Amino acid sequence: MITPVHYMLLSAALFIIGVVGVMVRKNIIIIFMSIELILNAVNINLVAFSAQLQNGIGQVFAIFVIAVAAAEAAVGLGIILAFYRNKETINIDEMNLMRS
Amino acid sequence: MKYIWLIPLLPGLGALVNGVVGIRAFSRKASGLLACATMTVALGLSLAAFWQLLALPTGARAYDVVIAQWIPKIPLATRNGFAAFEVPWGFRLDPLSGMMLLVVTGIGLLIHVYSTAYMADEPRGGVARFFCYLNLFCFFMLMLVLGNNFLVMFVGWEGVGLCSYLLIGYWYEKKSAADAGKKAFITNRIGDWGFVLGVFLVYYTFGTFDFRAVQNAAAAMPIETHFGVLSAICLLLFVGAIGKSAQIPLYVWLPDAMEGPTPVSALIHAATMVTAGVYMVGRNAVLFSHAPMVMEIVAIVGVLTALMAASIGLVQYDIKRVLAYSTVSQLGYMFTAMGVGAFSAGAFHLMTHAFFKALLFLGSGSVIHAVAGEQDMRHMGGLKKYQPVTFATMMIGTLSIAGIVPLAGFFSKDEILSRAFLANKAVWVIAVLTAFMTAFYMFRLMSMTFFGNYRGPAWETTGHGAAALAATHGVKHPADPHAHGRAQRSDHEVTHGPAEPHDETGKDDHAHAQGHGPWHGPHESPAAMTYPLQALAVGAIIAGFVGIPAALGGGNTIEKFLEPSFTAAAASETAGAEVRPRTDATEEHETAHVSAAVEIGLMAFSVLVALAGISLAYKVYVTSPEISEQLAERWAGAHRLLLNKYYVDELYNGTIIAGTMAGGRKLWTFDRNVVDGAVNGTSWLTVISSWFSGLTDRTVVDGLVNFIGWIVQEGSLLFRRFQTGLVQNYALLMLFGIFAFVSIYLFVR
Repeated sequence: MITPVHYMLLSAALFIIGVVGVMVRKNIIIIFMSIELILNAVNINLVAFSAQLQNGIGQVFAIFVIAVAAAEAAVGLGIILAFYRNKETINIDEMNLMRS
Repeated sequence: MKYIWLIPLLPGLGALVNGVVGIRAFSRKASGLLACATMTVALGLSLAAFWQLLALPTGARAYDVVIAQWIPKIPLATRNGFAAFEVPWGFRLDPLSGMMLLVVTGIGLLIHVYSTAYMADEPRGGVARFFCYLNLFCFFMLMLVLGNNFLVMFVGWEGVGLCSYLLIGYWYEKKSAADAGKKAFITNRIGDWGFVLGVFLVYYTFGTFDFRAVQNAAAAMPIETHFGVLSAICLLLFVGAIGKSAQIPLYVWLPDAMEGPTPVSALIHAATMVTAGVYMVGRNAVLFSHAPMVMEIVAIVGVLTALMAASIGLVQYDIKRVLAYSTVSQLGYMFTAMGVGAFSAGAFHLMTHAFFKALLFLGSGSVIHAVAGEQDMRHMGGLKKYQPVTFATMMIGTLSIAGIVPLAGFFSKDEILSRAFLANKAVWVIAVLTAFMTAFYMFRLMSMTFFGNYRGPAWETTGHGAAALAATHGVKHPADPHAHGRAQRSDHEVTHGPAEPHDETGKDDHAHAQGHGPWHGPHESPAAMTYPLQALAVGAIIAGFVGIPAALGGGNTIEKFLEPSFTAAAASETAGAEVRPRTDATEEHETAHVSAAVEIGLMAFSVLVALAGISLAYKVYVTSPEISEQLAERWAGAHRLLLNKYYVDELYNGTIIAGTMAGGRKLWTFDRNVVDGAVNGTSWLTVISSWFSGLTDRTVVDGLVNFIGWIVQEGSLLFRRFQTGLVQNYALLMLFGIFAFVSIYLFVR
């Protein structure tokens, strides 16, 4: 029997993987993918509790999160493209123009 | 008579037009004509008003006109509670002011006419300025004469002083003239100080300024045997009269006032303005007759002035100065008359004196004109044949002032002498002595000017040859070999000044010496100058006939005519018989009839004295001129004393003027050390305190600001470390932040 605890464990595992990915990877594309992991960990939580509590709002919220994530991915990729054209790299450590 | 206020106003308008437009635009002739026209109309009006005044019954000869309110009612404290301080522009025509009115307008007109010729050589603007001042003078003088209260009189009083100053300093480029103007003005200030105080005291005592009201109130007061408030008023008013009428000790300005043009000397400093003091005393006759102590002072000052001025006049060489001292002396006579209670005799002498002294001054102007600005009588002589008209008229004036029967001066002077004889024998003796001196110095003047040989500079008859002749003049004089030393030399230099009006006829002796002047010797003056002389000569002859004393079979018309002005009209009604006998008029009647024989004897005696003076002068200066030199040498000390005018000017210079200057210098030192010191000390304190303030500013305020800046700077060094520019660092920090806040949230909840 799959209980909400299982869902939460999965979600926490995904969230931690995502956060670690954001923190340690240097490739921006990978960081984006890690952010997607974080967002979807949240989605799993939302949907799980929605089912558990017999309340649709959580699912609606999950759909919103997906939509925002899609938009964010589009904008982020655009930025990455523009950056690549200028610097010919997507290494996040090179992105320090505003460093004092 | 309703229009008497027009009489002063017309010359005022003339002055305004001449002063505003004339100086820029009018020709010499136009400005003179305007001035003369206003005076003519004023004279006409005066005559008409005077005629109407004569038509009134004797007791009611007074007419008041109020044209406007000057100072509206203000309650002001007096001795007896509050009274309304109220001053109207009021004019009053009564016998005394009527007489003065005719004198001022009549003689004023003649002198205006005379001036058109005398000032003809002046620059155009100067003539307009001159006539502006002269008209302005007439305006103020008529105001003074006609004013029916003290303040209107005071306006005139100050105004004539101003015009006197302006006209004395008419040739203001010349330092001596400017100085003389200042001297006159400042000396008059001293007198005005007394006059103003007197006026204040009048208001404080009586609560009104109106002459008539004051006189009526004063008549109701007892005659003061001790020095009371009336005496104080009279004394203060008399101080004013002393300043204006040039009495001891304030007479010093009048001789110096001769720096002005001669018509001015005639009008202001002989005929009218200087008699304002006498007029004022006469106006307040009731006040004065209630203060017998002050009357005594008036008489003493008057007679001493008469004597002193006459004695100075004996030895002066400047023709105008002789006349100036004569004026001072005659004014002393008038005050003597006032002082012994003979108010109408004083006023009568004022009138006759106005005629003959104006005549003498205008005559001397004519002489000065003839000899190209020379004023030293030692350089005249023998002018009789060149100037017959001037000689004849001046001779009449001289005989008149000397008091020869039956000229004007005789009647007025004898009236004074006989009243003085009755009042005080000592005064009479001095007055007779003065009369002798008067006859002497006047005939000395005539002798030196008109008789003997001509002693002046030669004129151009033979071209360049005359230059050499003229050069001898001014160095030493053949007819005057002793050349009295330095005093005269400076005296002589003074006389060079008024030569300036005759710029075209020769600047001074040196101009003649160079032979450039178109001056062709002494000559008779133009008609515009001789006609006024003749008119005044007629006046000097007949003016006395209005006052033929009873002893000579006359009615003494003028005395009866003037009498109402010197008494309080309502006195008999308000105060009754107790006061009435004490007023002066009745006293006059009592004394005037003491003894006709004595009076005739006195007259004969004074005529004899005058004749003695004349014959002595004739002997000393015409038949045997060497006597005068011997006399001058034998009495060298006295002669020098007189020549230097008793050193009064030097005394004043040494004491009052030097004292004032020293005081001023002391005050200046005080100013520099204490007042400036205080100011500088304050500024020094400001500097010091601002230095401290700057110090605090620099250390505390700036220090605080810098400290904050330093903290920010140092803090930024620390916090800069966080700005790595690495996105993952930021993300890590955000994560820590989220952990932190969530933890807090969880724990606190």
